[in-house]
Amino acid sequence: MASDDIDRSTRLALYRSQVEIRLLEKRAYDLFLQNLVKGTSHLSLGQEAVAAGFATAMRPDDYTYCTYRGHSHTLARGAPMVGVLGELMGRRCGLMGGKGGSMHLTSVPHGVMGSYAIVGAHLPVAAGAAWSAQLRGSGQVAVCFFGDGTCNIGAFHEALNFAAVWKLPVIFACENNQYMEYTPIRSVTAVQHPAADRAAAYGLERIIVDGNDADAVYRKARESIEKARGGGGPSLIEAMTYRTSGHSRADPAKYRPPGELEEWTKRDPIALYRARLLELGFDEGDLRAVDSAVQRAVDEATEGAKASPPPALEVISRDLWADGGSSWRN
Amino acid sequence: MAELTYREAVAAGIAQEMERDERVVFLGEDVAAAGGVFKTTIGLLEKFGPRRVRDTPISEQAIVGAAMGAAMTGLRPIAEIMFSDFFAVCWDMIANEIAKARYMCAGQLTLPLVIRTANGSGSRFGAQHSQSVENWAMAVPGLKVVAPSTPADVKGLLAAAVRDPDPVIFFEHKGLYATKGEVPDGEYVDQLGTAKVLRQGSDATIVALAAMVPRALQAAQRLEQEGISATVVDLRSLVPLDTRTLLAETKKTGRLYTVEENPRLCGWGAEIASIVAEEAFYDLDGPIVRITTPHVPLPAADALEDNTVPTVERIVETIRRTAG
Repeated sequence: MASDDIDRSTRLALYRSQVEIRLLEKRAYDLFLQNLVKGTSHLSLGQEAVAAGFATAMRPDDYTYCTYRGHSHTLARGAPMVGVLGELMGRRCGLMGGKGGSMHLTSVPHGVMGSYAIVGAHLPVAAGAAWSAQLRGSGQVAVCFFGDGTCNIGAFHEALNFAAVWKLPVIFACENNQYMEYTPIRSVTAVQHPAADRAAAYGLERIIVDGNDADAVYRKARESIEKARGGGGPSLIEAMTYRTSGHSRADPAKYRPPGELEEWTKRDPIALYRARLLELGFDEGDLRAVDSAVQRAVDEATEGAKASPPPALEVISRDLWADGGSSWRN
Repeated sequence: MAELTYREAVAAGIAQEMERDERVVFLGEDVAAAGGVFKTTIGLLEKFGPRRVRDTPISEQAIVGAAMGAAMTGLRPIAEIMFSDFFAVCWDMIANEIAKARYMCAGQLTLPLVIRTANGSGSRFGAQHSQSVENWAMAVPGLKVVAPSTPADVKGLLAAAVRDPDPVIFFEHKGLYATKGEVPDGEYVDQLGTAKVLRQGSDATIVALAAMVPRALQAAQRLEQEGISATVVDLRSLVPLDTRTLLAETKKTGRLYTVEENPRLCGWGAEIASIVAEEAFYDLDGPIVRITTPHVPLPAADALEDNTVPTVERIVETIRRTAG
């Protein structure tokens, strides 16, 4: 496709979004090593182009549904960095005040309708949000991100069929990062492409996109979102990518065959995108200015989160019910 | 007042709420064109159209998950799970997602939804279509749990469940669908979390739920003839739990009996016994006694099923033996 179908400000936004995700997640990793980020965390290092490409193509009132590997998607919709880091650190300033943690990032004002840590669970939920948008005639779409491993769980198939039968405005975006946790996805899946090769079963087009190319993702996202908004129904997109970190903080990723990481690192989405922008005549100084502005923002968010106190203990019994409390008796 | 069956009261309750609020939508297997396998939703498709009353594939996770997504984005869905036994195939959605979402995100999401289901024994369907699983739902923080015993309560509590801002699991009892009762005319809304004292006695307090309520009433009548005067409390709602009524009615008689269709271990009566033991111990004249289905799956044959679930005879015999 012609390289001028994406305007310059969009390209700069795509670049910035990827850098934000990368630098914030690297910081999260450092903070983990300092024992300031607790629990587990699942990073998207190497997969940033998927989150950036989709979020940039979305309308502010569209819905995002993420998995436990959801920092990237939450940030890409504009959720504040200090809220994300604060949540990872269990601080009062966290997006959910410390009640959810890394795997459940939610920021409703930014359309991030939750991060779901049970594999596959959020696909039906995203379909439901799309159904709601369809019924209300709001023109909103839901974009649901998940990994390659999700394509082998029942909820994936239930949701795909349901969304196709009801022609719902939902985009199912599979990030195929090659590994289902520690196991190569190829070795546990009956088809080569866990998402795309199942599309035909639901009457959907087989779509595979280079998930390390933010422009390619953005184009596919734009196309599928337009289709959904126009009443054309759901899409299933498989973005081929690679996570250059382990599955979670506990995983040194020793299962990788020799040379694989190096090969994919050559295709680092941010390095590729930066080179493309320079080729397209962007000023290197402008890109450096983005890099340093984002670094400053990450530093500020880090300081902000560190300065934030732990949550007040009263919140333990708050917000189970809509009345703000958790009472189960009179 | 009109006389309705318990099953007609389901459709009446849904229709009342769909009429009132266009955000109320209804989905499930065979619920629209077929009117439900228990004929509880006849006429809703004709009245409200296929956009708001929708048949789904056999996809319980998708049904309940879609209800969750719709609820958090401005609708007020009612989802039907045909048999409560099928909760097991969508329990992730119910227990991990719906129940926890609001708490985990510190109140950013609100889930005003109802999951209706046919619960309980009496139809000779065997162990996978006859369970009483209200205690499963009660065990999960974040779910409200309702189980009506009369047509009026079906309509009124269903309306209250739809209007409630939180997820409500609504257990209809399939053994009660054919029963009849007076239902108030016009708009009728009851209140969740309120037990009803159906009969006042002086010697024993019997607390029952759903299909066990008419059995407890019959048992109380029989005991009356033998000189034992029993209070009968219809719990109606497990979460919120009307502990005020439970404690007050237990204190008046000094003896508490629970009649539970769920299997013995961790049945709802165990929680009630624990509350009463902690908070009304010195008002008791004897041990709290639980009358439950034994800790077995439900068998299918008439005689087996009938004698597994608490019977009127078992209630009478247990109270006669222990209340003296």
